Amino acid sequence: MLLTDQDWQAIRLTLHLASVVTLLLLLMVTPLAWWLAQTQSRLKAPVSALVAMPLVLPPTVIGFYLLIAMGPDGWLGQVTQALGLGLLPFTFEGLVVASLVYSLPFVVQPIQNAFESMGQRPLEVAATLRAGPWDRFFTIALPQARRGFFSAAVLGFAHTIGEFGVVLMIGGNIAGETRVVSVQLYDHVEALQYEQAHWLAGVMLVLCFTLLLGLSLVQKRAGWSGMKYGA
Amino acid sequence: MPVTNLLPLPRLAALILLLFARPLLAGQTQVAVAANFSQTMQRIVEDFQQQSGHRVGLSFGSSGKFYAQIRQGAPFEVLLSADSEKPAALEKAGLTVNGQRFTYAMGTLALWSALDNISVQGADILSGGDFNRLALANPRLAPYGLAAMQVLDTLKLTQLTRHKWVLGENIGQTYQFVATGNAELGFVALSQLLARNIPSDQYWQIPATLHQPIRQDAVLLSTGRNNPAAIQLLAFLQGEKARRTIREHGYTLPPEKPAVQP
Repeated sequence: MLLTDQDWQAIRLTLHLASVVTLLLLLMVTPLAWWLAQTQSRLKAPVSALVAMPLVLPPTVIGFYLLIAMGPDGWLGQVTQALGLGLLPFTFEGLVVASLVYSLPFVVQPIQNAFESMGQRPLEVAATLRAGPWDRFFTIALPQARRGFFSAAVLGFAHTIGEFGVVLMIGGNIAGETRVVSVQLYDHVEALQYEQAHWLAGVMLVLCFTLLLGLSLVQKRAGWSGMKYGA
Repeated sequence: MPVTNLLPLPRLAALILLLFARPLLAGQTQVAVAANFSQTMQRIVEDFQQQSGHRVGLSFGSSGKFYAQIRQGAPFEVLLSADSEKPAALEKAGLTVNGQRFTYAMGTLALWSALDNISVQGADILSGGDFNRLALANPRLAPYGLAAMQVLDTLKLTQLTRHKWVLGENIGQTYQFVATGNAELGFVALSQLLARNIPSDQYWQIPATLHQPIRQDAVLLSTGRNNPAAIQLLAFLQGEKARRTIREHGYTLPPEKPAVQP
């Protein structure tokens, strides 16, 4: 037995979701990671701790509270309704928002570490050469931290693909909209269709392994040293 | 070494054995229970433990996961499934004691809205279409979901409402979709509404004639073949006291004393 159309649809949807979430996270998280790496503020410790919170809560619990927050009586639901966007649960956009929360620490921490391990020295040298703050950030900090960005992208992508509990809670299992691979796989297992589950899991593993391996090879060829998580 | 020092040892051993004696006489059994039946079962087990002195360990979860675990040698002796297929499949796989499978409860469906401005009096609200999301349990996985779909089929509303469906993995999650207001309407279990004292003007109890019965079957697993605690618990579950508790919690029962199905 091979994969059904629904399986392929779930695979496409999952890759789409993971790509959108990874891209958005990289964009949104870079200023935060930069701030965390540079700041002397007393807020650094509480903000760092806050960023790590999604690691602590079980995904279904995160999903449950997101369901409440995004609902008609929740604060986020009130905001989205006031903006004329309607309600987020049971939509692809809702999954994106939830995944941003869920995968946040996996993207912040490698980038923050990369910025921190670079040290102040290169920035100070650049400053003596009259490079302004924006110039220093884009020409010194970003290229220096590329390994951190790579790890962050890989971790964010992989973590979003593996996401289950959150999606289960706010997705509503709608084909082509919120039924991602993890949910489809769970459905197969719960319906005792183990063979179908094995196929889907196998295809997904091979696909993601190939993708990550390819990325790693590209990274190596580009002359960056090997993938080091959190370094 | 003086011989007298050894003498307390047998006495000590006897004492230790005595400590274990009661639990050995009053047995222990481990039971897997479908999540939707958890509250009802806790009540029944309280009564059973009081009457028999046996100890019952309860695990709550999805029937599909229990099925997978039992096939891999999980230490359960009784399964109270949310459906009739999984006990039958286990029986076919030779993991149960033949003749010890019966319907312990039949589910009742209700159409419910947690929103104040929606009153659910009957099927009209479904055909009216004045809602964005209709929650039901996944028909492929959950018996309550299958029944909900049969209701829609019977009312010829499947095509009209399909694009509004959101599917819960189980009836518990479906309940959350409706309770949080994210779905304006949803098919939930009457037992859930009764357990939370939801006023009856908020839901429409679905007539049983609109769908196939939601049979929840129990089965004695091979692991419990010689355990009196497990066997007595299943007998107790079919007794008058347990049946009354089951009805009070929003389930119905097969008309006669539940017969073993072929």
